[in-house]
Amino acid sequence: MTATAYDRVRLARSSKRPSTLDYIRNLFTEFYEFHGDRRFGDDPAVVGGIALLQDQPLTVIGIEKGHSAKERAARNSGAPNPEGYRKALRLMKQAEKFGRPVLCLVDTSGAYCGIGAEERGQGQAIAENLMELSTLCVPVLTILIGEGGSGGALALAVADRVWMLENAVYSVISPEGCASILWKDASKAELAAESLKLTAEDAKHFSVIERIIPENDLGSEAFYRQLRQEIREELQSLSREPELLQKRYERLRTMGQKWVNEHEHV
Amino acid sequence: MILLLWETGDSVAFLNFLHKPKNELEKGGRSAAPLQQDAGEPEKLCPNCRKSTALSKLWANQLCCSCGHHFRIKARQRLHFLVDKGSFRPLFSELESTDPLAFPGYGSKLESARSVSGEQEAVLCGCASIAGQPCCLFIMEPYFMMGSMGAAVGEKITRLFEYAIERRLSVVGFTVSGGARMQEGLLSLMQMAKTSAAVKRHSDAGLLYLTVLTDPTTGGVTASFAMEGDIILAEPGATVGFAGARVIEQTTKKTLPKGFQKAEFVLEHGFIDAIVPRNQQRQRIAALLRIHNGGMTHDSNSL
Repeated sequence: MTATAYDRVRLARSSKRPSTLDYIRNLFTEFYEFHGDRRFGDDPAVVGGIALLQDQPLTVIGIEKGHSAKERAARNSGAPNPEGYRKALRLMKQAEKFGRPVLCLVDTSGAYCGIGAEERGQGQAIAENLMELSTLCVPVLTILIGEGGSGGALALAVADRVWMLENAVYSVISPEGCASILWKDASKAELAAESLKLTAEDAKHFSVIERIIPENDLGSEAFYRQLRQEIREELQSLSREPELLQKRYERLRTMGQKWVNEHEHV
Repeated sequence: MILLLWETGDSVAFLNFLHKPKNELEKGGRSAAPLQQDAGEPEKLCPNCRKSTALSKLWANQLCCSCGHHFRIKARQRLHFLVDKGSFRPLFSELESTDPLAFPGYGSKLESARSVSGEQEAVLCGCASIAGQPCCLFIMEPYFMMGSMGAAVGEKITRLFEYAIERRLSVVGFTVSGGARMQEGLLSLMQMAKTSAAVKRHSDAGLLYLTVLTDPTTGGVTASFAMEGDIILAEPGATVGFAGARVIEQTTKKTLPKGFQKAEFVLEHGFIDAIVPRNQQRQRIAALLRIHNGGMTHDSNSL
């Protein structure tokens, strides 16, 4: 039996899934973590720094949910505040300055919905990342490893290539949120999950992502070895691309275009 | 009364204004007060001061109550108050959303949004002059699914910025939106990225983008082109934020501070440049356009 959309949501949210820090530990030989947005504070939901992929330095930025209840509390369950997005942007600009490619690992139910987050400009922080990422002069690869929750995920996913784990989900709104807004009934989340077309296959169908990463041996040494190889090859090929930014623009430019009607109305 | 509106040349907008909404969304949210028509001339009740004012009087004051409350208005009404008469040339009005996800109920929702708003989509785009200053212009439509952003809205706004880059024009944008249109799923989310990339190109070309945030500007629109203006203005009392107030209350289990997410609150926290009442917007925008249009004398031939 194939997994339903909501099964995928459950799998994507599972605390047993490898998190950003697991990927960082297993993919790279070295990782130097950097903290703070230089404006307000340091957001523990966003982890960033320089990593070595074999001998190739790259900037890695990821959203970390944590596994245990204690870790999740410390990481705000991977719901970033504006300073998290600003830290990410600072590290992206640093990568650009030194010509390092950027790898983003996304796993969030969404940007944090809090009073302080609004006071410090959650919307502005995300908007700025979308703008700046669209013209960042180094290759950007984003992998959705678990939940891709709306604008809070997109702020790290304006990239040259976006990949998704087989059981990751990517959605404009959580199925629960959708069900409660549209049908005033959060228990209709399964129907909402189905309707929102949030699986990796759906995202590929709508040309929002380029590749689906199989999860057969998720978290094993073989899994990371394979992924390491694929990331390396992709970043190498992107760094040889002479029209990187033009291609990135065109990639974004086609989003949804096929599904817009051009009728002449009298 | 009707005569007066005929004279304004905006009778269609007026008739739509009288259209009885089928639900809260069509009505434009809870603050839209019911029309009271028993006193002869149609009146509108202000949710702020609880006073009723004759529509003709409200119309003369750009649909603002004497207490300062700004009523929600249709895109074409705003256009009427804002641009030089006869200067508006619509662009990309042939674009409209389909139902790419075959989302339950979306088809009929689109149909009813079109009939309520009289528009094909939730944003109106075009070129116009404002007190003699040429610009590209987009105005979001609150009576079309509360200005929600789907693939067509994103495409129209993106094309407008590309059009403005080619002709070296400033862009003025009025936002009102509940955010991304969930019935179009990921495709609507991607419009945030697509529009932002177009805004960035326009910005890198040295051109001015001015936004006016109106009630409400939230979600994915706040987190993309609404907050990307070189100059960000807002209407008094407009709700401006990312997450919905109710969601924040449920998430944090805290009472929200007074005036939370109102334009005045957002100004105080440093995220907008100024609050400008509707009846001063035309003048203010024209002045700012003039400074930037005039500032680029080397390109004056193309203006």
